[in-house]
Amino acid sequence: MNLISTHGVGIRFGGRRILRDINLSIREREIVTIVGPNGSGKTTLLRVLIGAQTPTEGVVTRGAGVSIGYVPQRLAIDRSMPLTVSRWLRLAGAHQASDRQRMAERVGIVGLLGEQMTSLSGGEFQRALLAQALLARPALLVLDEPTQGLDQPAVASFYRLIEAVRGEIGCAVLMVSHDLHVVMRSSDHVICLNGHVCCEGTPTVVSAAPEYQALFGFGAEGALALYRHEHDHRHDHADTTDPHAG
Amino acid sequence: MTTVMTTQTQQTPMLDDFLIRAALAGIGLALASGPLGCFVVWRRMAYFGDATAHAAILGVALSLAFSLSLFVGVLVAAIAMSLGVLALAGRIYTMDTLLGVAAHGALALGLVAVSFLPGARVDLMAYLFGDILAVSQMDLAVIWIGAIVVLILLKLRWQALLLVTLNTDLAAARGYDARREQLILTLALAVLVAVAIKIVGALLITAMLIIPAAAARSMSRTPESMAVIAAVVGLCSIISGLSASFYWNTPTGPTMIVAAIVLFVLTSLWSMVNRGR
Repeated sequence: MNLISTHGVGIRFGGRRILRDINLSIREREIVTIVGPNGSGKTTLLRVLIGAQTPTEGVVTRGAGVSIGYVPQRLAIDRSMPLTVSRWLRLAGAHQASDRQRMAERVGIVGLLGEQMTSLSGGEFQRALLAQALLARPALLVLDEPTQGLDQPAVASFYRLIEAVRGEIGCAVLMVSHDLHVVMRSSDHVICLNGHVCCEGTPTVVSAAPEYQALFGFGAEGALALYRHEHDHRHDHADTTDPHAG
Repeated sequence: MTTVMTTQTQQTPMLDDFLIRAALAGIGLALASGPLGCFVVWRRMAYFGDATAHAAILGVALSLAFSLSLFVGVLVAAIAMSLGVLALAGRIYTMDTLLGVAAHGALALGLVAVSFLPGARVDLMAYLFGDILAVSQMDLAVIWIGAIVVLILLKLRWQALLLVTLNTDLAAARGYDARREQLILTLALAVLVAVAIKIVGALLITAMLIIPAAAARSMSRTPESMAVIAAVVGLCSIISGLSASFYWNTPTGPTMIVAAIVLFVLTSLWSMVNRGR
């Protein structure tokens, strides 16, 4: 069963086309990752899927009763707002205190429940965001570059955590990521985006696809030169205009 | 501005009807402006609050010209102003610039319009700085109904408003519409301005929103506690300001704001000392 699917989705901002002709679907318990260069419309696509942005073309179909847990790319908490970790978790809705306690334990922030959100480290903060998204037991967990700003060990442990809780909660995971090696190891389905879907499929299929290699600059030298955009054909996409793009 | 000098000598002052009405009016305002002021602080809407409040002077002219009640005139002007700014913001000018134009434009236009009105000379000072001692029973009813409406709006939408304030995408994923919540806050602000103009006047309404919330920040750990403490700080400012203006015969509205400032400075010092430990 598809949790969510898009049919011919496109987005225009002003005269510019950010996304065009996006057809995708996410099935239960599947891990789908979106990769693509900066300005390729990744964040915009996520915003369309979570309902924060209405597409200018096409339709988004969400299965009945499919709930979405969302972990935004950035959450700037204004210092003028006092917010403890415990209160942050209560924003997930009316859950039992024991549920919150268990979730905090699960993601490893149980000792921080009384702390202010603004005092957490980057890794702790991401875990607090994840815990809040998971508390509602969503059918689909959506994460926008969840490991930005974390060091390598923290990135690895964050992905292990996501994989583990997916198994426990049984949700599907959709994420935008720059950590290509991790993505390629743990995703069921990879979508390579650059204004449109350049290529998609299992990690093996995508990593062998010429579009993917061109986009991410795996040249003859075999070196990984991220985000060097060497398309030989033209996409009419916006490069830098999307303020939400990662 | 009214001072209480003339009546002071004749009766037991604290039981005077008008003083009790003044205190009740101030309490009603403080209860609503505390929590609403927190959102103004969290969402950095101070200038927006100012613009809405300045539109009140235009509303005064409106209500005098068309013989509307002051509340209705100010409410209409405040709503029109805030919806106009919201609709235009981000097109060519930023919100900040638009608010600057709208705030001062409405104030100046209102003052000019009032001067054109025939009949008795309008006591503009009362509208600019409030006249809490002249609050009638009817005013009192309007103030309390307005305050309760604001509190009910905030209570009903509390969770959604917090989420939208934190992150609009996060709120959207939960099914909350950021624009709708913004509209609710805007309406609440317009209602508050309309009830507050009698009490502290157009120029000091923002002060009653910002200062108690700012004073509450250093003493609170959650949004809810900040909202409650802000209401309490506002209440203390009203009561102590009213008493101070009574004893020192100072203008009441500004004295209440000065009292709020004193509380703000005290709580700030208190938190600095605590942090230093």
